[in-house]
Amino acid sequence: MDHMLTRSLDRAATTFMIVVAACGILIPLSNMLLPAGSMFQVPTYLVALWGKYVCYAILALSIDLIWGYCGILSLGHGAFFALGGYAMGMYLMRQIGARGVYGNPDLPDFMVFLNWQKLPWYWYGFDMFPVALLMVVLVPGLLAFCFGWFAFRSRVTGVYLSIITQAMTYALLLGFFRNDFGFGGNNGLTDFKDILGFNVQAEGTRAALFALSCLALIIAFLICRAVVSSKLGKVLIAIRDAESRTRFIGYRVESYKLFVFTLSACMAGIAGALYVPQVGIINPSEFAPGNSIEAVIWVAVGGRGTLIGAALGAVVVNYAKTFFTSGALAPYWLFMLGAMFVLVTLLLPKGIVGTFNSWWEPFRARRLTDASAAREDGVSAPKMAE
Amino acid sequence: MNVMDNRATSALLYLDGVHVAFDGFRAINNLSLTLEPGEMRAIIGPNGAGKTTMMDIITGKTRPDQGTVLFDGVTDLTRLDETRIAELGIGRKFQKPTVFESQTVEDNLLLALNVDHSVKATLFWRGSRAESERIDRVLETIRLTDARNRLAGSLSHGQKQWLEIGMLLAQDPKLLLVDEPVAGMTDVETHQTAELLKQINRDHTVMVVEHDMSFVRALGVKVTCLHEGTVLAEGTIDQVSSNERVIEVYLGR
Repeated sequence: MDHMLTRSLDRAATTFMIVVAACGILIPLSNMLLPAGSMFQVPTYLVALWGKYVCYAILALSIDLIWGYCGILSLGHGAFFALGGYAMGMYLMRQIGARGVYGNPDLPDFMVFLNWQKLPWYWYGFDMFPVALLMVVLVPGLLAFCFGWFAFRSRVTGVYLSIITQAMTYALLLGFFRNDFGFGGNNGLTDFKDILGFNVQAEGTRAALFALSCLALIIAFLICRAVVSSKLGKVLIAIRDAESRTRFIGYRVESYKLFVFTLSACMAGIAGALYVPQVGIINPSEFAPGNSIEAVIWVAVGGRGTLIGAALGAVVVNYAKTFFTSGALAPYWLFMLGAMFVLVTLLLPKGIVGTFNSWWEPFRARRLTDASAAREDGVSAPKMAE
Repeated sequence: MNVMDNRATSALLYLDGVHVAFDGFRAINNLSLTLEPGEMRAIIGPNGAGKTTMMDIITGKTRPDQGTVLFDGVTDLTRLDETRIAELGIGRKFQKPTVFESQTVEDNLLLALNVDHSVKATLFWRGSRAESERIDRVLETIRLTDARNRLAGSLSHGQKQWLEIGMLLAQDPKLLLVDEPVAGMTDVETHQTAELLKQINRDHTVMVVEHDMSFVRALGVKVTCLHEGTVLAEGTIDQVSSNERVIEVYLGR
């Protein structure tokens, strides 16, 4: 395992993790320790907002893992994100206890409102955090496994697969909209009070959630790096580039796709679970097909098949979204998002990081050869600057 | 088949009465063909004779409508999929060179090595000395040692063809199916490829589909001419190329 990790970390990956870790430590500290109004103090609303971006970055990583490395274009990954979010939301609902509007200690408000007498069986256990945490990973993972089992065995690929992933998330959207589904219908789950006994609204909790999200991003990144730099990663790229050739060499392509698709869905679920306490609500609109497509755009903008690019793309596009939707340009945001996608496809087909890499590669190669030449001359190689 | 170890035939590959039709077009029509272990066989025939379709059937890409396809005398290939057939030891080189373009030459060979191909094994894979020695040997055989770290996509056409043959060697199958290995090659490369295939034939059974008659002649092996999905003639290159029907449908007068 140690070997797998060391092999997977190059300079860019290490830098990325250091930057994320620094954000994860410094932003909460500045928020908590510095006096409000100070130049370096990060206000609480920004901590929550950036926390959201970090969750999106994890979702983007999970999409890049399957799309960038294995060629599986899922246009329904928002479904796994939302399912993880709902699992967390159910735990948070149960934590409300008797503090709801109707004061029922067992039933969440919306169930009382619907005149339900007892908790549906699928809500059992969600009052326990470990169970909820398990479900955050298990439910998206299981759905992805079943979905992938049928889709990949039937060799559904390309645009057909994309379409059925859209259908999947749309079906879930319709389902979760229904009141009798038992997940709060149209309104979803909200009005959360506590998480593990801490007030979700409190500054300290928000700072901790932000730090945890950054930690989750680092772990997700490490897992992705370990996967793509293993031999399995080479097989994934082989499948992406020449699927039938890979079969003729004797690889069971559907097993590989199933593995990576399920792993990716679990990661998306975790991202959703971290997202919900930070935004304070989960409702069926998270299943909207548009959300999933937007997440794919983040990856395209940042650079597919680069991992770092996916995370970066999620942050850049969402920052732009926040920036543009809060001003006079707000009604035109969707046009700008569309234009961004078209422009990136036309001008930067490799995305931000991919384009940067192709500029940087010749320089780096030269510096490496210079360095090794210097070493051969008996001169100690100059330390390469980043 | 009555007893497990009772082989139906001594042939490594045995096709009998195979039929395939695509939308009414009979691509393979009562095709029967046997390949003995250690043999090299050249398959010739005009376009649409069913050469590639035959390879598709042997490798599990296409299912025959009827007929028998036996590997090693016991295994019915018509029931297995591509992965299973590759695991059994049938390797295939495609007409158009198909290598993994965005990966290095070395990684292409690494992927092709006949080691455990399960998800778990590749996830926790760690290179071994034996594996890298095998890769070195293959690189030497296909004359690509100097290009080991280059991306396969940057190779010349001829080099890609060799790399694909190298991937077959790394796979170390019992039977190699080679579809038009010298298409688009220079005369020198064609000659080298013939030598390479002869060298490979020392330890492997090989079936080569090729249009280039001088190449087939250079191989100096038994030739089968296909036409309209069935065997038209079989024998030495001289016998086949003097056959009236072969001249009429394929070689031209």
